[in-house]
Amino acid sequence: MNVPKIVKIKQIINESPTVKTFIFDWAVKDEIPGQFMMIWNFNDEKPMSISLIDPVKNEIGISIRNIGEFTNQVHNLHEGDELGLRGPYGRGFHIAGSKILAVGGGIGMAPVIAFCEKATRMGIEVHIISAATTSNELLFSSRIDRSGAKLLTCTDDGTSGFCGFGTDLAEKTLSENDYDMVVSCGPEVMMKKLFEIVENYRIPAQFSMERYMKCGMGLCGQCCVDNVGWRVCVEGPVFWTDELRMISEFGQYRRDSSGVKHKIP
Amino acid sequence: MLEIELCGIKMRSPTMLAAGILGSAASSLNWAGRSGAGAVVTKSFGLNPNKGYANPTTVEVTGGIINAIGLSNPGVANFKLELEKLDKSVPAIASLYGANQYEFSEIASEVENLVDAIELNVSCPHAMGGCGSAIGQDPHLTADMVRTVKKSVKIPVFVKLTPNVTDIVEIAQYAEDAGADALTMINSVGPGMKIDVETGIPILKNRFGGLSGPAIKPIAIRCVFDVFESVDIPIIGVGGIGDHNDVLEFVYAGARCVQIGTSIMYEGMDIFTKINNGLRRFMDEKGYGSLDEMVGIAHD
Repeated sequence: MNVPKIVKIKQIINESPTVKTFIFDWAVKDEIPGQFMMIWNFNDEKPMSISLIDPVKNEIGISIRNIGEFTNQVHNLHEGDELGLRGPYGRGFHIAGSKILAVGGGIGMAPVIAFCEKATRMGIEVHIISAATTSNELLFSSRIDRSGAKLLTCTDDGTSGFCGFGTDLAEKTLSENDYDMVVSCGPEVMMKKLFEIVENYRIPAQFSMERYMKCGMGLCGQCCVDNVGWRVCVEGPVFWTDELRMISEFGQYRRDSSGVKHKIP
Repeated sequence: MLEIELCGIKMRSPTMLAAGILGSAASSLNWAGRSGAGAVVTKSFGLNPNKGYANPTTVEVTGGIINAIGLSNPGVANFKLELEKLDKSVPAIASLYGANQYEFSEIASEVENLVDAIELNVSCPHAMGGCGSAIGQDPHLTADMVRTVKKSVKIPVFVKLTPNVTDIVEIAQYAEDAGADALTMINSVGPGMKIDVETGIPILKNRFGGLSGPAIKPIAIRCVFDVFESVDIPIIGVGGIGDHNDVLEFVYAGARCVQIGTSIMYEGMDIFTKINNGLRRFMDEKGYGSLDEMVGIAHD
């Protein structure tokens, strides 16, 4: 049933000055990296990517960057406090290939780390480009190390790893390696650039899109994308490049809560 | 075999996308058309952009969902830009809401040349500000809306009725007398509520919302059945349709065609093709050549 399940916050991890991960006991069944949950704090409800799927401990985690009223309210909660969770929703990342490049920008690392941990458990070689504004905003570095994936960091100010855009590092990495697939989540302007790069390299790739959602279950139409009309909450949020080619609004604009279009900066 | 004509509008199948479901953008309306819908109805829009209610706006209950989206829409000026992008593969119907007849007629005039018909939403069970069922529960107000809009446009005007009235037949007759070209029935039922048992908190931010889905189908069938005997204009059946047997029930009760909404959550956009195929198979087996032969046979 599409009804929030009330769960206690089991653990809160301070990932960076702006990001916290909230861990919940959860009977993990078929949750897939790239899927999202609707998070209800009894005041509002928002979609958030699943950042941890642990089928052994039966835990899931949601990582949230504090950027506004809702996220600030959730950041002020403590271990033992309750939230409502419904989901999982949407189509996650398809895991295939023997060597994969994963590119995460900012809080877009949330589904990427879940993907990385599952793919490495399957014996797949994963290289991760983790991009952030500065070194203390780089997310999940120790989890990436523990997974056995190769971590390539990238910061806007050069305080860790490559100095510059994650897409520049991705282009350099792609020119030096043979990958079977690329997966990515991050700011749309970054993904749009990465999309153009992987098209040039003719590598299959999957991108996780973000759109304003209300119902999360495929009815309200708030997250439908031009020109195909697909629902990001059901047909997405993860799309393959051949699908993204058909989504004309990708990298161009998005709709707000009333449906008014806004250009993507 | 499935083709029908409704108020002069030719439809290749009797299944429409219902208002309020995936109809905020031309792209999703076009997708429904490509997927087998015989016509598409937009999400209701008004004069100005409206954010609707805060989340949660939707929650599942036994037999369907309750929703209080709150008529979110980008306003008529923005919506016209969407309507201009309709691919015209199937007829399009603009669902409108307003607080009074002047708002309704102004919006209707704005979009008249972009759509094939107008559907007046006077039946949303959770609208504020005198919109929605506040109008549709009053036969005189309903008639005022219809009369004014009919004067302002030349395309057919449908009226979507609420079941939440003492006598839906009376409202239907007032709408017909005021000039309505067809009746769409029913809008969601209630409003209803769902309360979280752990916390005691109503789940919808608006606390209550309209019930739709399989649970309301028997009510919708009865409404169609009752009104069919009392009016001469066509009826568009809506409420809990999930397969072709549900469509048949509506048609037998007196509906000329149907709209599909909540079931898209369970079946996706494929539902239109599935229902159309089911209807075709059924009609083949029973020897029906057209849907018109089946309309209202439960009354015989």
